[in-house]
Amino acid sequence: MASTKALKKGGWHKRNRTGLYYVSIWLIGFALFQLYPFLTSLYYSFTDYSIFNSPKFIGFSNYVRLFTIDPDFMNSMKVTLQYTFITVPGKVILALLIALLLNKKLKGVNYVRTIYYIPSLLSGSVAVSILWKVLFMDDGFINSLLSAIHIPAVPWLGSTHTALLTICLLEIWQFGSSMVLFLSALKQVPVSLYEAALIDGAKKGTVFFKITFPMISSVAFFNIIMQLIQALQNFTSAFVVTNGGPSKATYVLGMKLYTDAFRNFNMGYACATSWIMFAMMLVMTLVLFATSKKWVYYDN
Amino acid sequence: MVTTHKGIKSTIMYIILVIVGVVMLFPVFWMLLACFKTNNEIFGSLKLLPSSWSFEAFAKGWETTGTFTYARYFSNTFLLVIPTVLFTIVSCSLVAYGFARFDFKGKNVLFMILIATLMLPNSVIIIPRYALFNKLHWLDSYMTFWMPALFACYPFFVFMMVQFLRGIPRDLDESAYMDGCSSMRCFVQILLPLLKPALFSASLFQFLWTWNDFFNTNIYINSNSKFPLSLALRMSIDTTSSIQWNQVMAMGLVSILPLIILFFAGQRYFVEGIATTGMKN
Repeated sequence: MASTKALKKGGWHKRNRTGLYYVSIWLIGFALFQLYPFLTSLYYSFTDYSIFNSPKFIGFSNYVRLFTIDPDFMNSMKVTLQYTFITVPGKVILALLIALLLNKKLKGVNYVRTIYYIPSLLSGSVAVSILWKVLFMDDGFINSLLSAIHIPAVPWLGSTHTALLTICLLEIWQFGSSMVLFLSALKQVPVSLYEAALIDGAKKGTVFFKITFPMISSVAFFNIIMQLIQALQNFTSAFVVTNGGPSKATYVLGMKLYTDAFRNFNMGYACATSWIMFAMMLVMTLVLFATSKKWVYYDN
Repeated sequence: MVTTHKGIKSTIMYIILVIVGVVMLFPVFWMLLACFKTNNEIFGSLKLLPSSWSFEAFAKGWETTGTFTYARYFSNTFLLVIPTVLFTIVSCSLVAYGFARFDFKGKNVLFMILIATLMLPNSVIIIPRYALFNKLHWLDSYMTFWMPALFACYPFFVFMMVQFLRGIPRDLDESAYMDGCSSMRCFVQILLPLLKPALFSASLFQFLWTWNDFFNTNIYINSNSKFPLSLALRMSIDTTSSIQWNQVMAMGLVSILPLIILFFAGQRYFVEGIATTGMKN
């Protein structure tokens, strides 16, 4: 009895070291491809660096230049924030509303869920960005449709007022993955809670705000954070559909970063932009965390 | 009275769901029809159906006017995506095994770091990564995708598999271990078969994301001969000569077809995958 226990213990020690061996696969990858680039990026942001020369330390010059001299930067910040504040709430609210509809016990809901998910399959794909460009061109299908119902054509991609909105629509169209996430959360809400509310004669609005929403709020919270991080880095649709134009109306930070770093090889400068982007993500995430006590409910 | 009220309500709901469904699918449906249309029919026209059904756009689009045909771009894409997917599931499942089944010093800290990297934006690390890959002579090769996958740099999938492994009773592999089974054999023979749904989900998502990726391929891959589909498509609308949009649409459609087929084949795993990563305990 005692000997097996000792064996077990010795075995465990050995076994636990083995765990570290498995995890070290990731540790190497993390150190090499994530931590090192992360720290180096911060360092590069204080240097004058192109891929062809070694980095030269220049203090805060890159940041000063971004905020005081570079005319594009403030515009890119503005455009990126607009894009984020339109797409993230748009996507999340639409996903939640549709998920609530689909959560009702209707026939054929599974087919509907499948169909709604299809645009999300194609998210970030060049094919869909090109499709969007064709649909929203001046003489594209959307304008033909508008003129058929006697609405004047809209220069979707050609006007600084609508170009960003057109790209936002592409993003919101892909609400399916958030919807599936909400739907699976809704399915986890214990039926007993609803039954209790029914017995107490609670109104529908009360049921939603006191039961449904608190129960799925942690999923909503996670979803919003991930969507924010994605939206602030948007690149593909702005690059393919409008190429940042017209007059830089869709020149999001992702495009500025790409142009500075990989077209002009101002890599130190682009790193400074990326760190401001990162700071924006941090601030938004922290604000969300700070407010989360008020609206996010955790089970455990 | 109550039933008719309910009937009307569910009818309204169905109408809403159908309208939204039409809006959701219409662009893809229109894309399919556009493959058979001339430029004149694509632009400035409301007509949905093409005047003739010829597959010429598919044939001509496939051949392209450039050096390489889409056969090349497809095989490039598979060469890029398939090893990336395989490396990802092998490395991520092993790492998840380490986190889920062993207790070593600093495990909790490491796991917190892993979770934190879920929020590490690619934009912040892309430039030093590019410089690093340049030093390693990996630029313009698929190593830029394969190597991060081989070293489990996808915290999302590690997390997903840890969650899944936690749901499998520990007794199963522990008793085998007590019987003298090596940790690797325990994993391969006992846990791996049970982990299958998570492996499928991870493979599907990684396939999808790598297939659709444009930001990274656009930065790392330069040679036309190595272009995956995303770059080939982008190139096809970059020409100065007049664009034959039906050919572009046709190749766009062909490029997303594998994703749609895969989705319908593995639907269950998509939904389960999203559900298990829903950050629920």
